[in-house]
Amino acid sequence: MSEPSKPLIIVEDLAKTFTLHNAGGTVIPVFEHLFLEASPGECVVLSGDSGVGKSTLMRSLFGNYVPTRGSVRVLHKGAYVDITGASPQVILDIRRRTLGYVSQFLRVIPRIPTLRLVMEPLLENGVSIEEAEARARALLSDLRLPERLWTLPPSTFSGGEQQRVNIARSFIRRYPVLLLDEPTASLDAENRAIVVQLIRDALSEGAAMIGIFHDEDVRDAVATRLFPVLAYKVAA
Amino acid sequence: MSAVERLASEPLLRVADLSRWYGSIVGCRDVSFEMHPGEVLGIVGESGSGKTTLLKCLSGHLEPTSGKVEFDTRRHGMSDIYGLSEPDRRRMQREDWGFVHQNPRDGLRMRVSGGANVAEPLMNLGRRHYGEMRSATIAWLERVELDTSRIDDKPRNFSGGMQQRIQVARNLIHGPKLVFMDEPTGGLDVSVQARLLDLMRELVRDLGLAVIIVTHDMAVARLMADRLLVMRRGEVVETGLTDQVLDDPQHAYTQLLVSSVLQI
Repeated sequence: MSEPSKPLIIVEDLAKTFTLHNAGGTVIPVFEHLFLEASPGECVVLSGDSGVGKSTLMRSLFGNYVPTRGSVRVLHKGAYVDITGASPQVILDIRRRTLGYVSQFLRVIPRIPTLRLVMEPLLENGVSIEEAEARARALLSDLRLPERLWTLPPSTFSGGEQQRVNIARSFIRRYPVLLLDEPTASLDAENRAIVVQLIRDALSEGAAMIGIFHDEDVRDAVATRLFPVLAYKVAA
Repeated sequence: MSAVERLASEPLLRVADLSRWYGSIVGCRDVSFEMHPGEVLGIVGESGSGKTTLLKCLSGHLEPTSGKVEFDTRRHGMSDIYGLSEPDRRRMQREDWGFVHQNPRDGLRMRVSGGANVAEPLMNLGRRHYGEMRSATIAWLERVELDTSRIDDKPRNFSGGMQQRIQVARNLIHGPKLVFMDEPTGGLDVSVQARLLDLMRELVRDLGLAVIIVTHDMAVARLMADRLLVMRRGEVVETGLTDQVLDDPQHAYTQLLVSSVLQI
């Protein structure tokens, strides 16, 4: 990266309110006036009790939820693009190239074998099949996912196995910005340590991350600073 | 196909203020959108919401009462499809488009073999070399995972899922730029549906096809579409990225539609 100090993601004056039209127009304010930045090498960890809006913020950053106000600018192909106002085409391109997301849950197309799922992000970015397969195999081995599972679709896997497939899909290539929503929630200590190492490697190579980690050991191992979401809670 | 090509900036299809009335009853009204090469657009809404009317207008089967449908045709460039002469429009439909119907009977010729059904679009485009057409047909039957030894069987001897595969092959063999799909998995068992969806998704990605898919099934929409148009009473009430519309619907009707889906 030529300008290492430039933030890769800039959130300004972000607000999110849900309006439930079929529940009498109930309005649920989540956060407002939220400002946040992450630069290369930074891992900003969202803190606060459950219900404070951490996941809502993550989803808003990813373009999955529609913020009520404010902007989420991502450095994409050399220019800042506001994901909150971008067309579906542009959002998909940002997700393909720039912005990765590891959720707690694996949501993939049924019937596709694990190895292929992990190769997919590389194939979509123009990597050859041979190279994609070699890299996917290496990463799945690193994540200690038994090789006999690689040819199977992950729908029948355990929670921890599915989560490792999810992690593999997000770490198989270097996304400049990575959003991590409890990526280690269902992993045992040994696998957690492997994921911590993956995160540190990506950070040292200049990725910027924003994450939610309930596990304090993992949080302490990767966080460069904490971001208390409660501070932006809408006053009742 | 790379992501860059997929982001080609020239629209493939441009729909402006399209309305279709049946007398005083509205079929669809004031629909406008653009599509780019490689995009998959889902049109969702319950029965009677105007999805099918819109699809018919878009695909050249039903002239709108007002508004325009422009398509980047191979022969004439960007053209108002209802401004083309009837023969030109039909040729454009054969050359540039595919149409996968819900009921295979509407999309296949039941009296000729599965292989002939797949090969027919090539013949319509003037290909006459029997050997080449047969090998292209076999290649496509393999691509949609059908047993090539059954190339001479009539469609009625295939299961519903297999008939849909024949229909998919028949609609892709000629290299269309845009394919319309009307509830393509609507009549199938769930297990067959998942396999067919997966296959279609792979083909769409590999071929860089643009697809307009009409469905009332939100799971199908999530799986296939990049973005959605949500229709109610003939109007588009919400549009956006598929996961955005399904996970954070803004319009009351979309919220109702999404919250009505049974979880399994």
